[in-house]
Amino acid sequence: MGNGTDLGRVRGLGSAKSGVHHWWMQRLTAAGNLLLVSWFLFSLVRLPNLEYATVTSWMESPLVAIALILLAANVFWHIRLGLQVVVEDYVHNEASKLGVLILLNFYAIGGAAVSIFAILRIAFGSAA
Amino acid sequence: MASDGNRPLSPHLQIWKWGPHMLVSILHRVAGSGMAVVGGLLFAGWLLSAAMGESNYACFMGLLTVESGAINIIGLVFGIGLTWAFFTHLLNGLRHFVLDTGAGYELQANKRWAILVVIGGIVATAALWLYILWTPLVMLTGGA
Repeated sequence: MGNGTDLGRVRGLGSAKSGVHHWWMQRLTAAGNLLLVSWFLFSLVRLPNLEYATVTSWMESPLVAIALILLAANVFWHIRLGLQVVVEDYVHNEASKLGVLILLNFYAIGGAAVSIFAILRIAFGSAA
Repeated sequence: MASDGNRPLSPHLQIWKWGPHMLVSILHRVAGSGMAVVGGLLFAGWLLSAAMGESNYACFMGLLTVESGAINIIGLVFGIGLTWAFFTHLLNGLRHFVLDTGAGYELQANKRWAILVVIGGIVATAALWLYILWTPLVMLTGGA
């Protein structure tokens, strides 16, 4: 086994053509989750109750809404990266693997879109 | 060669002797996948129901709580399961940050940190739910 061409080694992108990008993004989103999900859990526990008025007035605060949007984007990005690795390790049939990875992308991007839309709707006070 | 009993074992799951590092590795995946699917759906569903108004929100919360607003058995199972998954995944994620630097691969250190991750996850979950349920627990047992 060789080490590739000089140009290939300089680029450092390897056979998957993306180098360590996936690995690095997983670490970045993990660090983000460490802060954001901890904050979310702590906030939920500290709320006096989880009734509609309590929760929506909490989300109307700009800082809370911004943090929730960052949380939704970061969490679903991390979900996409993490489940991709799990699928690649355990689903061996190429066709099934492709199908599951497509579903995973729909789920992750759809979940982020639904969450962010919902947060904005509540934050801007237009929830029905 | 074939009669030499001291050869390396082939890498089948049934053949390896289980160690804490293997347990924490699979727990990381179980916890992560569980949060990704159950936690992700609950999070998005909770937000969407709130955005769709009070009656939709009440309908969603009705799945996880009883009439008075107190948590029900389904809420407890999801709540305890997801918070355990979160703490275990979080602690093992921190362990992975250390491993990423190339540290912590010595047999004893690796074993020690893997065991601490598993115990830490359970202790943090127990502490959180003791805190959340302290008042109802005291009332149930007839205390002040």
